[in-house]
Amino acid sequence: MDSAAPVAVSAMPQGNQGPKANHGSTPREDQIAALVKRRNASNAVAGGIMFAAAASSVAITCGIVAMLTLESLPFFREVNLWDFLTDTMWAPLFAAPRYGILPLIAGTFVTTLVALAIALPIGTIIAVYLSEFAPHTVREVIKPATELLSAVPTIVFGYFALQVVTPALQTFIPDLPTFNMLSAGIVMGIMIIPYVSSLSEDALRAVPMLLREGSYGMGASRMQTAFKVVIPSAISGLAAAYILGISRAIGETMIVAVAAGMQPNLTLDPRQPAETITAYIVQVSLGDVEHGTVAFHSIFAAGATLFVLTLGLNVFGHYLRKRYRKAY
Amino acid sequence: MSVEAQFAQPRPGNTVLTGNTAPLGNTAPHQRPHMTEASKPASPQLPPLKAHAKKLSFFYGTHQALHAIDLPLVDMHVTALIGPSGCGKSTFLRCFNRIHDLYPNTRYDGEIILYPSAANIISRDVDPIEMRMRIGMVFQKPNPFPKSIFENVAYGLRLKGIRNATELKDRVETALKSTAIWEEVKNRLNKSAYDLSGGQQQRLCIARAVAAEPEMLLMDEPCSALDPIASGKIEDLIRELRKKYAVLIVTHNMQQASRASDYTAFMYMGKLVEFGATTDIFTNPKSKETEDYVTGRFG
Ligand SMILES: Nc1ncnc2c1ncn2[C@@H]1O[C@H](COP(=O)(O)OP(=O)(O)OP(=O)(O)O)[C@@H](O)[C@H]1O
Ligand SMILES: [Mg+2]
Repeated sequence: MDSAAPVAVSAMPQGNQGPKANHGSTPREDQIAALVKRRNASNAVAGGIMFAAAASSVAITCGIVAMLTLESLPFFREVNLWDFLTDTMWAPLFAAPRYGILPLIAGTFVTTLVALAIALPIGTIIAVYLSEFAPHTVREVIKPATELLSAVPTIVFGYFALQVVTPALQTFIPDLPTFNMLSAGIVMGIMIIPYVSSLSEDALRAVPMLLREGSYGMGASRMQTAFKVVIPSAISGLAAAYILGISRAIGETMIVAVAAGMQPNLTLDPRQPAETITAYIVQVSLGDVEHGTVAFHSIFAAGATLFVLTLGLNVFGHYLRKRYRKAY
Repeated sequence: MSVEAQFAQPRPGNTVLTGNTAPLGNTAPHQRPHMTEASKPASPQLPPLKAHAKKLSFFYGTHQALHAIDLPLVDMHVTALIGPSGCGKSTFLRCFNRIHDLYPNTRYDGEIILYPSAANIISRDVDPIEMRMRIGMVFQKPNPFPKSIFENVAYGLRLKGIRNATELKDRVETALKSTAIWEEVKNRLNKSAYDLSGGQQQRLCIARAVAAEPEMLLMDEPCSALDPIASGKIEDLIRELRKKYAVLIVTHNMQQASRASDYTAFMYMGKLVEFGATTDIFTNPKSKETEDYVTGRFG
């Protein structure tokens, strides 16, 4: 690959020094042909490496799908798919086990919703402030500070929820149980804020200055420009940021495992304790469930459900991006 | 210093005023109906001014991009700004609606007086938002907002607080008609402005500026991204617009400057070299640099 550069450099002066029209252009053409040949060869090598990198990510995805399918097959031999999707109880470790995924989906759904109610508005406000309002000096301080949040390990957030946020919430909601989805969801939302704000800010900054100047030039204020022109222009990037935030919330494990309680509970009330799909998976993985049992294979069924949920979300996000893509 | 005095005396620096100013009035055959007290010609030779840059300097940080520019803008006429790339044309134009305020470390010096009120546009006491509502701007590249065609044109009207649906509709229609794009868009007013061609988008942006009924229109190379037919349409439009506004236009196209403008200012290295009636600048320039530039021998 590196050989192309020296050839290009040495070939050019020779071509320029040589007599021009007198000798005809053959030597020069030969040189260019050789150059092009080398270029093409190095392009092919580089292209191959990049293709391999891209292909490996596809291969890993395929591998994960295959593993989830193969490992959850034994589960679905024992448990009817319909029961799995409609039974309202999840009790795989009971003497008379019940395998209804709905309580886990409800737990995931409620904690995610609470987290998004925190992360999307706050993340967007921070992004709009940083990109449209903040003076340069303020941005230099706030941006790294928010990004520091994402350096905090999630287990720390989990205990923060349990030890700080839940007691604080209990002063407002006296009968709030120690383990509850509200506290876990709020802290999960705080954890996601930097992801949402940083990607949203990138999306807002990508809006060309020319559009802002057009709006300010008409006599718009900062607020009007931000909300009427910049945000609508960045809508597809904002949607991508939100989808990433949602995926993070659905996939988050530690905070909910620590703070939401590990009790499958079919409820939409965030004050209740519950278990999410991810929390169930760690619970079983860390426990002493025997390999090869239905209970063991249930974690793959739960994992496959999670995969389908996030895949659906990503497809939806892809559709949104296409739909709102603007050529500014 | 009165406008008369400005023109009667030889100018400082190397600025040359082309010809005598007497024929200027004759080069503008059209009527100027809205003549107010303050904007009446201070001198019999001079049409009333819309704005007057006086000793205008501008700094990007420590880099001085404009050096004490004195340039009158005659009301209801087109003034073209010409000059080699990087000479400060855009910088000068953008002073008029305080767009530079959006960027840190910029500084104005001097005055831009806007008639008839005689307010100094670049004074700290003047609200830039008010100035931007009064002075419209059209950019080099079309920059429609991510909104429908209708909402694009209604943008400035809504900013001015107009909510009445019939009034909005009427004024949008008037603006689109006056920019000769109405026939092309009247059946798709609710479609996205991004569906229009580049030339249509640029006329839409002019309609957007015109709909807000500014007192003056700034145009920074409005045709540079367009093909000859689309730019021809915009040139026609500029000739129409000067019946109502003072227009200041930056152009690199000498034919366009000579066809569409009444006055021409030649800038070089942040200084105004020569200002005068367009016919004089192109046929009888006083300065050697101007002559070289307009004849294409500039190097
Ligand atoms: N944002 C900026 N920061 C610093 N210097 C700038 C900035 N914008 C322009 N300049 C400088 O100011 C001078 C004038 O630039 P300006 O854009 O006004 O030129 P112009 O006459 O419009 O050129 P063109 O015909 O290429 O558009 C140039 O020397 C340029 O490098
Ligand atoms: Mg320019």
